[in-house]
Amino acid sequence: MTIIDDIESRLTHHGGKGKVIYRHRIATRITHWTWAIALFFLLLSGLQIFNAHPELYIGKQSGFEFDNSVLSMRAMQAADGKIDGYTTIFGQSYRTTGIFGMSGPADNPSYRGFPAWATLPSYQDLATGRVIHFFFAWFFVAAFLVWFVASLISGHISRDILPSRADIRGLPKSLSDHLRFRFHHDGRYNVLQKIAYAGVLLVVFPLIILTGITMSPGMNAAWPWLLDVFGGRQTARTIHFVCMALLVAFFLIHIFMVVAAGPLNEMRSIITGWYRTDPEKEEEHTA
Amino acid sequence: MSGFIINRRRFLTLAGAAASTVTLSGCDALDGFLSSQSPVRDVLASANSLTYRVQRMLIDADALAPEFSASEVRQGQRPNGSTDPTDADYLGLKEKQFADYRLTIGGLVEKPLSFSLDELRNMPARTQITRHDCVEGWSCIAKWTGVPLATILDEAGVKPQARFVVFHCYDSMDLGLSGAVRYYESIDLIDARHPQTILAYGCNDEALRVANGAPLRVRIERQLGYKMAKYIKGIELASTLAPYGSGKGGFWEDLGYEWYAGI
Repeated sequence: MTIIDDIESRLTHHGGKGKVIYRHRIATRITHWTWAIALFFLLLSGLQIFNAHPELYIGKQSGFEFDNSVLSMRAMQAADGKIDGYTTIFGQSYRTTGIFGMSGPADNPSYRGFPAWATLPSYQDLATGRVIHFFFAWFFVAAFLVWFVASLISGHISRDILPSRADIRGLPKSLSDHLRFRFHHDGRYNVLQKIAYAGVLLVVFPLIILTGITMSPGMNAAWPWLLDVFGGRQTARTIHFVCMALLVAFFLIHIFMVVAAGPLNEMRSIITGWYRTDPEKEEEHTA
Repeated sequence: MSGFIINRRRFLTLAGAAASTVTLSGCDALDGFLSSQSPVRDVLASANSLTYRVQRMLIDADALAPEFSASEVRQGQRPNGSTDPTDADYLGLKEKQFADYRLTIGGLVEKPLSFSLDELRNMPARTQITRHDCVEGWSCIAKWTGVPLATILDEAGVKPQARFVVFHCYDSMDLGLSGAVRYYESIDLIDARHPQTILAYGCNDEALRVANGAPLRVRIERQLGYKMAKYIKGIELASTLAPYGSGKGGFWEDLGYEWYAGI
């Protein structure tokens, strides 16, 4: 009936067409795109902020006269005088010239944690990085609060996000199906999707927000218990960074799965709400 | 194997999509919008006043920043920014171990005053072990001793129209083309009257070192390090921040950092 359907039917791997269902409510779609845009800017400005002191610690403070560092990305000079970028994780150093610690043109390298293409602005500018970060942080947090309250009330969380007992029982089968790239599209989330979405929405999102708040010296006076929960400001900063890495990993898998599951159908469903299910699944349901 | 849907063509589509996100994040495309003259940056920066208002709402005026036990002082206070001012008037004072130093307090006060270091040391003191958070991201715990700023404000008498406390400093920061600029900072009266806001002359049971702001620096424990002016020359009560520097309320603020640094 539409061009998209026409293209989709040519791209789709199965013969017949399933029923089109209303899969994503308006609140889900708006918060999805708010998060997508906000996280894009939060990531790139966050890496800019990290670059101002490209080192992470465990504890209340940063060890300058003692060692509580867990990660650093710095340029260092080797015994032969050659300068390289090194990433040090738990005391193990790896040469990462070109990406971490030192990057840019070989004849004019810059000594920075993350390279220019990964930060906003591309050049070193902590002040602007913070301005961008805190602007989009408000949208990210607001969208999360709206989503959480709305989804709790509507039952979206218990119905679609949290894995049920039956889901857990089906975990081995779902795992083996996924490992063989055998996907089912009946419009409902499978157990692995539920685990991924519950992990991101109910664990990583709250964690990255709360560790962000824990880094605020002002909020430390209002809610000092946050420091105890996360084991000190520098540990909170490290957890914030780990959450970022988890979200990047989620994003890559998310995009991979969208493409693998049929990008047009998936994009349509997260923009308009309407999603076409597998025909064979349809038959099973109606049988 | 009808379930196998990742064929080569689809895999290439996916690789293409992945590559396009990498190009998207070629961030210099957005640099123009983020330069200091850009109106886009001003819109983004407006979120800072929301942060300020929300934090002032959530944080009790007298809520204390966390204090730590003596065993948490595990290193010297990490110096940053100016660490050894070369301004002539400062060098003159330093030569005589700050014996001729006088802290002035003026502006919108009932009676302008000045204090020698000995006079300040003889006033009731507060000692606190607190965490110093640099805007760069690092933290350092140290023990600070000094006079509550509120004591000084009460002695001078703050006029009702005063809204800000401005700190004028001895150290200059080199800004290249525009030459050297004297450091200055400002805070609102809530932070100025906060019990942990002290004019510190001691750090880790010693006289404050030059690298840490000798003879006198301010501690504003619920904000970031750049707010805590070092090498303080004078304090001025003001109703507006417009007359100082570029009018943003501080040396780093004039360079684009937010005035309220509780985040």
